[in-house]
Amino acid sequence: MTRTDNGFSATRRLVLQGAGAVALVGLGNLPFGLTQAFAANDKYPEEAFKQKTEADAIKSLYGRTAEASDKVKMDAPEIAENGAVVPVSVSTTLADVTSISFLVAENPVALVASYKIPAGTMPNVANRIKMAKTSNVIVVVEAGGKLYSATKEVKVTVGGCGG
Amino acid sequence: MPIRRRDFLTLAGAATLAGSLPRLAHSADSVYDLERFGNARILHITDTHAQLKPVFFREPSVNLGIGSMQGNPPHLVGKAFLDRFGIRPDSADAYAFTCIEFEKGAQRFGKLGGFAHLKTLVDRLRGDVGAGRSLLLDGGDLWQGTGLANVMQGADMVDASNLLGIDAMTGHWEFTYGEKTLRSNLERFKGEFLAQNVFLTEEAAFNDAKAFDPASGRVFKPATIKEIGGRRVAVIGQAFPYVPIAHPKRFTPDWKFGIRDEELQKLVDGLRNNDKVDAVILLSHNGMDVDLKLASRVTGIDVILGGHTHDAVPQPIAVTNPGGVTLVTNAGSNGKFLAVLDLDIGKGKVANVRYRLLPVFSELLKPDPAMQGLIDKTRAPHAGDWVDKIASADRLLYRRGNFSGSMDQLICDALRSELDTEIALSPGFRWGTTTLAGQPLTMEDVLAQTAVTYPETYVATMTGAQIKDVLEDVCDNLFNTDPYYQQGGDMVRLGGLAYACTPAEGVGKRISELTLDNGNPLQAAKSYKVAGWASVNEQTGTPVWDVVAKHLKSGKPPNRSAPGVTLKGVEGNPGISKQA
Repeated sequence: MTRTDNGFSATRRLVLQGAGAVALVGLGNLPFGLTQAFAANDKYPEEAFKQKTEADAIKSLYGRTAEASDKVKMDAPEIAENGAVVPVSVSTTLADVTSISFLVAENPVALVASYKIPAGTMPNVANRIKMAKTSNVIVVVEAGGKLYSATKEVKVTVGGCGG
Repeated sequence: MPIRRRDFLTLAGAATLAGSLPRLAHSADSVYDLERFGNARILHITDTHAQLKPVFFREPSVNLGIGSMQGNPPHLVGKAFLDRFGIRPDSADAYAFTCIEFEKGAQRFGKLGGFAHLKTLVDRLRGDVGAGRSLLLDGGDLWQGTGLANVMQGADMVDASNLLGIDAMTGHWEFTYGEKTLRSNLERFKGEFLAQNVFLTEEAAFNDAKAFDPASGRVFKPATIKEIGGRRVAVIGQAFPYVPIAHPKRFTPDWKFGIRDEELQKLVDGLRNNDKVDAVILLSHNGMDVDLKLASRVTGIDVILGGHTHDAVPQPIAVTNPGGVTLVTNAGSNGKFLAVLDLDIGKGKVANVRYRLLPVFSELLKPDPAMQGLIDKTRAPHAGDWVDKIASADRLLYRRGNFSGSMDQLICDALRSELDTEIALSPGFRWGTTTLAGQPLTMEDVLAQTAVTYPETYVATMTGAQIKDVLEDVCDNLFNTDPYYQQGGDMVRLGGLAYACTPAEGVGKRISELTLDNGNPLQAAKSYKVAGWASVNEQTGTPVWDVVAKHLKSGKPPNRSAPGVTLKGVEGNPGISKQA
């Protein structure tokens, strides 16, 4: 997002965010090309993207449950400026990260996006997610074969009436 | 022996008991004669809302704290407030800080604030410590709140700010003039505008929008370092975190806000470790509950000088965090108060602190001629149309309070009557002055309640369920037990609809017993005609001040039977006073 203290230039960060946005857009109406890209690496987790609750989605995606960890750092607003595009990013100091997933508990479908992290990649993903209403946002990091998570409530409000 | 301030006030109180009800003795010396302390004096004003002239302003009789906030400052009113801060009932301080016997106090002690009076006091307190030993900081909401500020888009207030000698400020309503006007105001502002928590959106950054620091995306300078009293003092600005949510997003499309305490921590650490400052002050427009939570999480800040929630808190609240202790203050509103923070700063460390929140009793201060001249000159072209009486106040008209105020009741009556709707909604702003019963109401008074850059009224059709959702949403912004999820305004005001509220409940469960004026319950599926103003969505109706003025001029009998708000589960909460 706005920080550059990880050594990357702001431009590079923007490119990464752009990639996240593309993946998100793809979820609603997944174009054929993108499906192919998923398929080349791994099977598209169709069942996981149908689950209503975050627990079922995590179970479907990973077959395990996640434990909360302060090594998973999520950056999300307390109150969304626009529920349609809520910026949520995650970074972690955990080693051997293989995937990072984003879930919104109160959305009609809980799983928002799941990213495969190839070996040697910095485990740092920023994307924007659409939120129907105030909800817990959960990020899950798969590292060394185990699951770690962080949770934060993001409020979606009608606004107005400031002091 | 010089009479100290506290003694003077005690004397004033004692004389009252004798039954003579004297006005304030004209001896500013005794009230504003502060003992010298430390090597750096920081003066702080906040939320003056552009009130250039002295005002009446009634403090709230309902300011509820819920959860861990219950019973703690700033959620104390009336007698509980006096007891907590050791203020003598019937004193000038009791009048300034609480709602108790407001009208009686108004007769005795007169108006407060006014920039010409404030200027005299500021100059005196800066002069007392000598050159290079003081700062004047403003916490924002300085350039909005009157008809004059609105018509001049804050330009009048820039001149007044410069003459007052403000060294640094942060912002809230300043943003609602839009980027272009804000930048042109800032160009003329001689102090520094600080905001660590305003960043370019990704799109704006990609398009190379103007930023103080393109690398971080920070739109404004986050902090400044001032040498005062031979020590280096860092002042960090914290703008209102929810500008694009509380106001129409169209005013600030390229900027994103937020509390951003992680960025703040990095900033504090950098100032401490790299810039080797001796003291760190956060000039905040977060609101007091947010500041209290922030102080428990962010380390390395000596004092948070707070605003936004308009809480006049006489003493700082000490908050412990892993790095030590941070003091949190809030300095009231509408120019009523001037905070004096005297610091004894050693190398890299604040050794000791004294804090006073001085009520600015206009009758005790000779108006500064230069500031008075500037105010008169600036008002002259605009004020002519606004000074004529359009009605008399039929009762004490005030706004401040968590749920309702007589002034907002009047606005709701005007909306319902003029726009012919069953229900009216009016925003829970905390600014707006007080008019005593029998006093003339002028257009200037009406504008002091309504002067925003999005004043258009609207008439909408809403279902009962939608109305309840809006009330629940706003109520959660007020009573969420986590202050980071609050926005700092009061509850939306209702005309034509009574309800019960249980503040300690969760979102969606606080509002019940919604009842129309005719006694019928509000039905979830039924549609109702609702009038309102200050919508975050663009509207095109008549500005609300014209609607209110038209209603007042019509001579329609005032509606005194305001629909009630029944509070549940607040027994024993000292944030509610029966002595209003």
